[in-house]
Amino acid sequence: MDFFKSRMLVIQAIFLLTLMIFLGKLFHLQIIEKSYKELASQNVVRRIQLHADRGIIYDRNGKLLVTNDAVYDLYVIPRQVSKQLDTLKFCELLNLDVDFFEKQLMKCFQYSRYRPSLFLKQITTEDFARFQEYLHRFPGFYSELRTIRRYPYKSAMHVLGYVGEVDQNMIANSKYYKSGDFIGINGLEKIYEEELRGTRGSKFIMVDVHNRDKGPFKNGALDTFAISGKDLRISIDITLQMYGELLMQNKKGSIVAIEPATGEILALVSSPTFDPNLLSGRMRGENFKKLSEDTLKPLYNRPIMGFYPPGSTFKPLMALIGLQEKTLSPGSTYSCRPGYHAAGLTIGCRPHPTVMNLSESLQQSCNAYYCHVFRNILDQSKYKNTQESFAVWTEYVNSFGLGQKMGIDIPNEMGGLVPNPDYYNRLYKNQSWKSLTIISLGIGQGELGTTPLQMANMTTAIANQGFYYTPHLVKNIEDLQSEKLEKYRTPHYTKVEQSKFPPVVEGMFQTVEKGTARASRIPGLEACGKTGTAQNPQGEDNSLYISFAPMNNPKIAIAVVVENAGGGSKFAAPIASLMIEKYLNDTISTQRLALEKRMLETDLIHIADEKKELAVRP
Amino acid sequence: MRRKNLLSDLDWFSIALYVILFTLGWFSIYAAEYDGVRSGVFDISSNHGKQIIWIFVSLGIGMTILIIDSKFYTTFSYLIYAAVMLLLFSVLLFGTEIKGNKSWLVLGPISLQPAEFAKFAVSLAIAKYLSTLNANLRSWNSQIVSFIIILIPTGLILLQGDFGSAIVFGTFLLVLFREGLSPLYLIAVVIIVALSVLALIFEFYYLIGAVFLIGLIASYLLRKNRQAVAVLVIFTIFSSVYVYGVDFVFDNLLQERHRDRINVMIGKSGNDWNVNQSKIAIGSGGLEGKGFLNGTQTKFDFVPELSTDFIFCTVGEEHGFIGSFVVLSLLFGLLFRIVHVAERQRSKFSRIYGYGVASILFFHISINIGMTIGLAPVIGIPLPFFSYGGSSILSFTILLFILLKLDSDRLSVLR
Repeated sequence: MDFFKSRMLVIQAIFLLTLMIFLGKLFHLQIIEKSYKELASQNVVRRIQLHADRGIIYDRNGKLLVTNDAVYDLYVIPRQVSKQLDTLKFCELLNLDVDFFEKQLMKCFQYSRYRPSLFLKQITTEDFARFQEYLHRFPGFYSELRTIRRYPYKSAMHVLGYVGEVDQNMIANSKYYKSGDFIGINGLEKIYEEELRGTRGSKFIMVDVHNRDKGPFKNGALDTFAISGKDLRISIDITLQMYGELLMQNKKGSIVAIEPATGEILALVSSPTFDPNLLSGRMRGENFKKLSEDTLKPLYNRPIMGFYPPGSTFKPLMALIGLQEKTLSPGSTYSCRPGYHAAGLTIGCRPHPTVMNLSESLQQSCNAYYCHVFRNILDQSKYKNTQESFAVWTEYVNSFGLGQKMGIDIPNEMGGLVPNPDYYNRLYKNQSWKSLTIISLGIGQGELGTTPLQMANMTTAIANQGFYYTPHLVKNIEDLQSEKLEKYRTPHYTKVEQSKFPPVVEGMFQTVEKGTARASRIPGLEACGKTGTAQNPQGEDNSLYISFAPMNNPKIAIAVVVENAGGGSKFAAPIASLMIEKYLNDTISTQRLALEKRMLETDLIHIADEKKELAVRP
Repeated sequence: MRRKNLLSDLDWFSIALYVILFTLGWFSIYAAEYDGVRSGVFDISSNHGKQIIWIFVSLGIGMTILIIDSKFYTTFSYLIYAAVMLLLFSVLLFGTEIKGNKSWLVLGPISLQPAEFAKFAVSLAIAKYLSTLNANLRSWNSQIVSFIIILIPTGLILLQGDFGSAIVFGTFLLVLFREGLSPLYLIAVVIIVALSVLALIFEFYYLIGAVFLIGLIASYLLRKNRQAVAVLVIFTIFSSVYVYGVDFVFDNLLQERHRDRINVMIGKSGNDWNVNQSKIAIGSGGLEGKGFLNGTQTKFDFVPELSTDFIFCTVGEEHGFIGSFVVLSLLFGLLFRIVHVAERQRSKFSRIYGYGVASILFFHISINIGMTIGLAPVIGIPLPFFSYGGSSILSFTILLFILLKLDSDRLSVLR
C-alpha cells in the first residue's frame, strides 16, 4: 500500500472511530439508560435556589443589630398550572385579589410558559404556613425560602445601610447575581457586601405531576450547599448610638464619637434619621420614594457628607501649628480691643478681658489672638513667601486628616476642603494674596470645610497627642483576616510633635472648667473641649463642639454639629457632654437631668413651619 | 483538454448533503425556540427568522464562489490570508465585546466574527505553501513555516479571548499528517492530552510512580536497543516534569471557572447543570423521540444556548436515537465525501485544501456533539450547518464551496 494511501486510511479511521463512539454513547443514553427518560417524562426536575443567609451584624458589646427574617417567594411555571385550579381558595389563603391573581398569572404566562416566574414575593412565614398545606392542590407553583433584613433596635440606619434587589445593570455586569437577589446598596451592607452575602447554593428535586416532592434528584449529587455570609462585629455602641439619636431628635446635625486608642467609631448619628426596617420588606420601594422626597433629607448621611466650616473648634489646631513652628509659646499674649484690626479690616470678637495667654485664648475663644497666631505662622522670614509658608500650613492641617477623605468603611464619604496655595492662585490672579487676604482661615472660617467625621478625628489626634487611626466601623469579620481591615491598624502621625500638645490640652480642659463650655461641665470628670460657632450663609449659625475625656488616657473623642442652632455652647456642647457622661458613667448625674431634658425636648426643626409627620409606615 | 461544464462537473452529492443539513438545522432552531405559540417563519426578531436570511445570504455567496474562476483562489491564497490576519488584528483594536469575548466587528446592523473566516484563509494558505515544489514536511524548514501559518491566527484569536475558536486550528495537524508530517506529532498530541487528563485525575506521586514503572518495564523489555532506552528515559523525565507543570498551572494559574469546567469534563465533579440537562434532554428522546415540537426539556431554562451550541439536544430529544443516527450519518457522510473529493484531485493544492475543510468540520462536529453528550469539554463552538449564527453558516459555506469549485475544475486545470 502506498504511503499516502495509508495515511488517508488512518484519517478515515479516526473519523469512523469518533462516529462509533458517539453512536455508542447515544445508544446508551437514549435506549439502554432508562433513568433519563423517566426523569424527563414523569418527573420534572426542579432547581431550587438555596439563598445564603446574609451575615449578622453585632455591636461592640455583642448586641444584635441586624438579623434575618425568613420569608417565602412563590414561583410559578405556567405550563404546569392546572386548568381546574381553585382560584378562590388560592386567593383566600394568600389574601389576594382574584383580579390581581389573574393579571399576575397572565403576566407570567406571557413571559414564558416553560420558565419559572416570580409570582408573589416575600410572603411571611405565618401566611405561608397556611398556604403550604394546600400547595399540592396548585401544581406549577413552588416556593423558595429566603431571608430579609430586620433591625431590632430600629437605629443606626446611616451606619448599617440597607439591601435591595439587584437591577438589570448589576446582573449584566456580574457573574454572581441573578434577578431577585439582594445586594447591599448603602452603608456597611454595601462596603462589606462580599463578606456578608455568602454563596448561593442550589438543590435539584424531582416533582411529580401532583406537585409532590419526590426527593432529591440523583440523590443530591448535583446539589450545592448555600454558604452563609460572614458575621460582622462593629465598633458602634448601640446604647450610645440610640441615646445620640434621641438627643438629636427634632434637630438637624451629626454626632461622631471615636475611641481614640483604636479609631473605632462608637456612635455615628445623622439627624433626622429613621427606622431602617422601613427599607426592608415589601414596602421598601414606596418608603424609599417618600424618604427621598422629604425636604429634611433623612437619607443624607450628614456625618460623612456634610460640609461645615469648623469655626472656633479649629483654634486648638491653629495653636498647635504655632507651637510647632515656634511662632507661639504658651505664654504669648496678644491684645484684643475687641477684635482684630489691620489695614482697614476688622474681625470682631466676643467681650472678654483684653490681654490673654494661650490657655485663656482657648477658654474665651478669642478671634484676635488666632488672627495673630495665623499671620505669625504665614509671615515668617524663614519662608521665601506666603506661597511657601501657606503650603507648610496646609500640610500641617492635612496631617490631622482634614481636607481629604478619611477612608471610613461606609460609602459616599466626602473630603471637605482645606485650600492649598494653588487654590488661592486660581482664586486671586497673579499670586496677589497675602496672609491678611485669607486671615479668616485662622479662625476656622473662610473656604474651610470639614465633615463631622473629620472634626471628630481631629479631636482624636489631639486626645492622642499626635496620632490617630483611620476612623472605622468594623471590628472584625467573623474568622476572616480581611485585607479591608488592614488599613485601620496602622497609626497616622501628625506633623505636630507630642511635646507641643500639653498646653493646648490644658487650654481645652480649662475651656470646660471655666471657659465657654463651663455650662457643660460634668462633675467628677476631667473633660477637654472647644466650642465653635460657625457662620452659615443659609441661616442661623451652626452650633459646634469638639471634646474628649478623660483628659489623661482619653476613652472617647467626640464632635457634635447642630445646624442653625446658634452658639456652640448652646446645643453642641451640652449634647456632647451628655454623650460622654452616658458612655463613661452609664447614667446622667442628677444635677444634669434638667440639661438633658432641655436637650431632648428642644425642637429646632418645627419652629418655623407647622409640625409635619414623616409620612412613612413600616 | 476537456471543456468546462460547471453544472455537470459539480459534486452534487456534497451539495445535497449540505442542503439537507441546513434544512434540518433550521427546523431544529425553530423547535428550540418554540414556546407553545406559533411564531411566523419569517419573524425577523426570532433566531429561526434570522437564520433564513443567513441561509439565503450563504447560498448567494456560495453561488458567487462557484462563478469566480478557480485560479482566483490559488493565485490570491496568501493575499486572502494576509487580509484576514489584518482583520483579526483590527478586531483587537476596534472590536466589540460580546459575552466576554472581544471578537466581533460591528458594521452597522451586521456583526461579524473574523475568527470564522480565518478557517478558510488558513486552509488556502497551507494548501498554497505545501503545494509549492520545495515544501517537504520532513524538513524542519517546511514544518516551521506551516506551524507559523497556523499559529498566527491561533494567537490572535486567543488574544481576543475566544479559546474555543482558537483551538480549532489544532486540527490542521491532521492535514499536515496527511501531507507527510511524522506521525510522532499526532502521537505526541495524544500523549500530552492523555497525560494532562491523567495528571488532573490522579495524585501527582501515583502518576509519576506509574510513569516510571512503565518506563522501567519498557526499558527492560527493550534493553538490547540502546537508542530506544535513551528515548524512553528522556520521555519518562519529560512526562514527570510535564505532569508537575499541569498540576501547577491548574492549581495556580487557571481561573476558577476554567477549573470547574475541566473538573466537570474529567468527572471529578458531576456538578454541571448544563451538561446534565443536555444529557437528560437527549436521553429522554428514547428510540423515536417525542416528535417535532413536542420536546419538553429542550425549552429555555433546561438547556442553555439551545439554538447555538446545544442545538443537537433538540434533535436528540424530539427525534430520538433514530434522528440522532440520521443527523450523525449525514454529518459524517459529508466528512467522508469531502475526503473522497480531496483524494480524487490531481492537484496538490486542491487535495490539501480539501483535507483542511474535512479536518475543520471534523473538529467542530466532534467537540460540539461530544459536549452535548458529556464526552468533550463545554467549548462554545457551533455545529456546522446546524447551529444558529450568521458567521458560522457563512464561513462553513465558503469553506465548502471553494472546495466544490476547485473540484469542478479538477479535470480541466492542472495545477
